[in-house]
Amino acid sequence: MADMTALDSGVMMAADGTPLKKKLKQALFLSRVRAFALVAPLLLFILASFIVPIVMLLWQGVHNDTYTKNMPLSAKALYEWDGQSDPTESMAEALVADLVVARDNKTIGRVATRVNREYSGTRSLFTKSARSAAKMEAPFLEALIDKDKDWADIEVWKAMKIASKSYTPAFYAAAVDMTYNADGSFERVEEQGRIYVKLFLRTFMVSLVVTLACFVLGFPVAYLLSTLPMRTSNLLMILVLLPFWTSLLVRTTAWIAMLQSQGILNNIFVAVGITSDDARFSLIYNMTGTLIAMTHILLPFMILPLYSVMRGISPSYVRAAKSLGATNWTAFWRVYFPATIPGIGAGALLVFILSIGYYITPALVGGQNGTLISNFIADHMQKTLNWSLAAALGGLLLASVLILYWIYDKVVGIDNMKLG
Amino acid sequence: MATSATDAFVAFDRVQKSYDGETLVVKDLNLFIDKGEFLTMLGPSGSGKTTCLMMLAGFETATHGDILLDGRPINNIPPHKRGIGMVFQNYALFPHMTVAENLAFPLEVRGMGKADREAKVNRALDMVQMGEFGSRRPAQLSGGQQQRVALARALVFEPELVLMDEPLGALDKQLREHMQYEIKHIHERLGVTVVYVTHDQSEALTMSDRIAVFEDGRIQQLAPPADLYERPDNAFVAQFIGENNKLTGTVEAIDGSTVSVGFADGESCKALSVNNGPVGGPTLLSIRPERVQIGAEEGPNTVEAQVLELIYLGDHIRCRMRVHGNDDFIVKVPNSAGHEHLRVGETTRVAWKIEDCRALDAA
Repeated sequence: MADMTALDSGVMMAADGTPLKKKLKQALFLSRVRAFALVAPLLLFILASFIVPIVMLLWQGVHNDTYTKNMPLSAKALYEWDGQSDPTESMAEALVADLVVARDNKTIGRVATRVNREYSGTRSLFTKSARSAAKMEAPFLEALIDKDKDWADIEVWKAMKIASKSYTPAFYAAAVDMTYNADGSFERVEEQGRIYVKLFLRTFMVSLVVTLACFVLGFPVAYLLSTLPMRTSNLLMILVLLPFWTSLLVRTTAWIAMLQSQGILNNIFVAVGITSDDARFSLIYNMTGTLIAMTHILLPFMILPLYSVMRGISPSYVRAAKSLGATNWTAFWRVYFPATIPGIGAGALLVFILSIGYYITPALVGGQNGTLISNFIADHMQKTLNWSLAAALGGLLLASVLILYWIYDKVVGIDNMKLG
Repeated sequence: MATSATDAFVAFDRVQKSYDGETLVVKDLNLFIDKGEFLTMLGPSGSGKTTCLMMLAGFETATHGDILLDGRPINNIPPHKRGIGMVFQNYALFPHMTVAENLAFPLEVRGMGKADREAKVNRALDMVQMGEFGSRRPAQLSGGQQQRVALARALVFEPELVLMDEPLGALDKQLREHMQYEIKHIHERLGVTVVYVTHDQSEALTMSDRIAVFEDGRIQQLAPPADLYERPDNAFVAQFIGENNKLTGTVEAIDGSTVSVGFADGESCKALSVNNGPVGGPTLLSIRPERVQIGAEEGPNTVEAQVLELIYLGDHIRCRMRVHGNDDFIVKVPNSAGHEHLRVGETTRVAWKIEDCRALDAA
């Protein structure tokens, strides 16, 4: 025991007296550095182009400092205000001073938009007042009300108080059809204003139906492919993969040509007498169109993992079941089907997660009632420029996917998933 | 012993099988198996033995001919109604079920009650000494344990016929030999009929009542192990079963059951006539290495032999010699007390008995 000794403490020592664990770390250090160097370029790329932007965008869902940054004095005054009593002269003074600066910095438009989100109709109030703010004199509150009597409305000030909070749950509240009040309470928006919860539910429903449809359509195809000889199945596999080589936009617009009321499918229906010429089915620009097109586009994502799992199932399992006395159906249901579950899980998770954030297809063929939550997120990103609300909606979507993933892991086990 | 399709327990009656309609994988197979017999189909890969087993199990259909089980043709009976137990090469234990559930499966699909099921499963597990492993999953078992479970599963519903398709192929040598005895003992105890497929001749010799040697879609010889080894019918069987010395020569004269064979070096020897051609035709002499005597007296079948190589194998010494111009003549010299020590390069005299030297077809 000269070259390797265990001390009384039980720590193994290498020949030179250093602890064995430390020695091992030193020996492996170089290979670890090498491994890291190999992944570093991709890691940096993903960090810079994916993770950081996502985190920054999600951050906007709870943090919006448009008001604080551009109107620092009034933000402070609003912070001290209790949100119940009448607005004070000092608040008005701070506001006028801020308005002057904001107008000079040309940031008043942004501030006005921000407050307008909390209380619509106040945009022009700000731009208008800012224009004459430089000429206002004390008492400022009266001067403001003189300019526009809306300044006497306490709701305007409440809206400003909400906007003046940099960290705010207001956007997440809005994303679930709630309003965040100046006193810190939440309440549901009135009936006709509730859209997002309904949209989330619709998105989940569509995703679920698409996943189910992909499974029902894809399972037999994958089974057939896995039982055919390799040469034939490779040939047929090209047909499954063909859509991947075509632009998504082309495929979606092809569905428009197929499904529209003067389209191919309806023409055939009329020709064979399934429907009359004046009662053509509306298959597109509605939920039906979204479901059909999305199922078609996402089908390969179900077939591929299923196929790869089924290829790996030895035919001797089913043979064994039959030799033990099981009928074809029992052998399938009790022995073959359980073996395909890893593939079903992978395919279903893939299709479901992809369809929950699907954007282009519902945007093109969804019409009024076939659009999904992602279309609204895009809308807030591009048109209304309410990035904070978009971030809140996106954050909720991300959270729900993660929760689903967690449930899947609990129920099926993520190690059971097999993508190929 | 059954000699016709009607009194055999399992009968292949002129069975042919083709997959592509161009070549026959099984050519005119006639095989009658008795009840309680352990019959092994032995042959190299591609010889048609597994195809025969699959036809018997019902996973392949015979292209021509009848397969009968207990006198009834079963060509049109689906596998699950044949009531034949089967052990597969890779065990085919259902991975998502426990060992006990695997064993209960055949009883469950037969509609047996839970209490009966449990009793039978436990009895079957005890039989293969796996009683404590009922709640394990197949993946948690070693290869040998999986093999035992597969065996128990094929037997638990008490079939009269059990098929085994190279069941020990994946095990290491020691375990394989142990399992051979175990399967043999179970067979003796239960009295089931076993049809066993393997390409391992020692496995076949150890376990079988009779062995059918397959080659090129035909049975080359069907005989008990001792007959097969000691009295091969043709050159293929002689070479396939055990080690074998081959000497090619020409038939010079036939005298009843003895035949004189001349070699290229001008010498000749006498052999037992088994499957040789007419006078003047080629023949192949087959002599088992352990039947050759070293340092013999002058006699009818003695010949000068030069020692080319010696390999020490513990219980015996393998000696490669030049005999009748053949450099690959092997003789096994037992490592017994006081045996003669040969040296490489030395010339000695070897001899064999006429009945140990079989004149076969020159394949």
